[in-house]
This record gives sequence, structure tokens and C-alpha cells, in this order.
Amino acid sequence: MTVSEYIHGHSFIHRTPPGLKILILAVLGTLLFVFPNMIFAAASLAIIVMLYPLAGISPKVMLAQIKPILAILVLLFLVQLFMVNWQSGVLVIVRLSALMLTASLITLTTRSSDMIDALEKRLAWLYFIGINPAKISLALSLALRFIPVLAAITQEVREAQKARGLNNSVIAVAIPVIVRTLKMADSIAMALEARAYDPQSPYRAKKSSKKETSDVD
Amino acid sequence: MSTKDIVYIALFAAITAAMGLFPAFTLPIIAVPITAQSMGPMLAGAIAGAKRGALAMVLFDLLVMVGLPLLAGGRGGVGIFLGPSGGFILAWPIAALLIGYLYEKNIRSLSVVKEAVFITLGGIVIIYSAGIPWISAFAKITLSQAAIGAMGFIPGDIIKVILTVLIVRPVRKAYPTLESR
Repeated sequence: MTVSEYIHGHSFIHRTPPGLKILILAVLGTLLFVFPNMIFAAASLAIIVMLYPLAGISPKVMLAQIKPILAILVLLFLVQLFMVNWQSGVLVIVRLSALMLTASLITLTTRSSDMIDALEKRLAWLYFIGINPAKISLALSLALRFIPVLAAITQEVREAQKARGLNNSVIAVAIPVIVRTLKMADSIAMALEARAYDPQSPYRAKKSSKKETSDVD
Repeated sequence: MSTKDIVYIALFAAITAAMGLFPAFTLPIIAVPITAQSMGPMLAGAIAGAKRGALAMVLFDLLVMVGLPLLAGGRGGVGIFLGPSGGFILAWPIAALLIGYLYEKNIRSLSVVKEAVFITLGGIVIIYSAGIPWISAFAKITLSQAAIGAMGFIPGDIIKVILTVLIVRPVRKAYPTLESR
């Protein structure tokens, strides 16, 4: 199981810095909601649809991005149709599809590790209010690593409980999974400290020249 | 913040994410599909406590925001927060914070009823009071219309509260993680 949908490529969209992509998405999202204008929404959708082939992503993959929210789109259209009018319904759908496709394009063209690095850089200012951005990126990387591990543990516990005749008991699976992962979390924390990881100091060499301010809590 | 805190925060963000990856289970009688994911803030608050639970949910929101498809149905990205479910997801840290706080405050006198009340307060009351105005603003419908629409989730959420209590109690006995506040 993988959480990354990254599709490898060398297009200019792949090469755009992750921070800039997120910024464009945030600005587009805000504009689309501040100006509920059909021409603007349709133009955004048209542009984003044209960007997909430029990034080397097949139309099939593009349509797959919209599929999970198809039911929500239909529901929203019906709500607008009965409450306001059909134009408003179309606007809501065009707007949401444009945003969804933009967000997906970013996910498809950016590695999660690059995204996390970009995030750590953007969060550097947190340093001055006593929060270490390196801790945040450690937590981010750990969380991403934990997801497939959790899936594997759940699979094991499920099989073990099946052997005991507990085929469909959510509780019989959840309790051992959580206890096992809590134990695992404690071992990982000890292992990190045994390898001299110090949460009070940034573990990236590039920041080591800076004088450390303590953020003990 | 200790290394252990960081690992716990990551773990509960991952547990919440993983619950979105597993298929939703459908209720036998009323046939309403339930995604287990909104149990994330309940479990995080009740097991990891106020601070770690809330930060785990902030971390989860961050992961979704940077575009990872971690929400049930493979959704993710900043766009989600501008959509109808945005208010619910943004309320998760507050829900975990409240549940964790109440648990830590009453750690020595917890009973089944108390736990159910705490989890309901955080997992239902807090989340709906953020989610309903959000839906109403997003879909341009009145508050009461949004509230009626959201009632469809109530049966599922009550089951999630019960499941959480049934999971959290034995977990606490087997592996205590909370300290009294």
C-alpha cells in the first residue's frame, strides 16, 4: 500500500517548487470563492485541464481524480438546483472540479518528501516562537512511515483473530492493533534517543551554526 | 516536548489516516456506510491525551493540506478545506483537545458513562458545532437546513462513540498512556 500518487516526470510543472505550487493553489482557492464568477471558474477549469497533458498525465488518470468526489458533486448540484437555480449549480461544480484537479495535479507532480522539505522551510519562522520546525518534519516523516506499518499490523491481527473465529469483530482487531502500535511507538522513541536524537536541537546540519534557544516544555 | 511525544503525535496522525484507507463498513439495519476516520480524534484524545492528541490532529490536517490523499475516499489537498467537510476536519484538533483534557482531569474516576459523555462532547458536539455553520456557508443554505442534513451522520457517530469507549477502556488497562492533570 502506498500513500503517494506521484507520477515521475520532467515537465515544468514537475520542476516548479512545491512551495510555489501550494501558494498558487491557496490563491486560486481563495479567488474562486471570493469571486463566484462563472467565466473565471470556467477559465480556471479549462486551464487546469490543459495543464494535465503538459505534465504528461493521461486523461484516464485525470478523470480518476474527480471520481471520488463525483457523488458529492451531484449532491451539491441538486441542492443548488432546488435552492437557487441551475446556473448556481453549474458554478459550484465547475469551481469544485477546478480546485480538486489543481490539488490533484500538485499531488501527482510532487514527491511527498519534497513537499515535506518545502513545508519545513516555510515553517522556519516557527523557530522564533519556540517551536522547532525540524520536530514537525520528523513527525511528518514518521506519520507517513507509520501508515503502511499500521496496515501491515492490522492485516496480521485480522488473520490471528480470524483463526480464533473472530471474523468481523472491529473491537477484537482494534484493541491489539492499538496496544501493539503504542508499544512500537515507545520502542521507536527509545531507539531515536539511543541514537542521540535530541528533540531540543535541529538535526539538520545546516542550522547547527545558529545559537540554540531552549524550547523545553 | 519529548521524543516520545513526537512519536505519539505521528502515530495518532497515522492511525487517523489509516482508518481512511480501510474500507468503510456498512451498518446492517439502516445501511448507512460509516468511515471509521472520525474515530481518529476520539481515539487520539482518549489515548494520547489533550496535547498529543490535538497536535496529532493538527499534523493530520497538515498532511491532508499538502495534498496527500488521506481522507476517506482518497481525498486530500487544500481544496478539501474549502469544501463542505472542511469544518468537520478542522474541528478534529479541538475535539481531541477537549476529550484528552477531560480524560486527564478525571483519570482516577473514569466510568463507562463518563467516558461516553466526554467522547460525545468532543467527537460530536464540538465537531458538529464547527461543521454545520461551515456547510451552511459553503453550500449557501440556512443553518437549520445544514443541521437537518448533518443529522444523517448522528446514528453512525453514536456507534463510533460506543466503539471508542469499548476500545479505549481495555487499551488503557493493557497499556496506560495518560497521566493525571
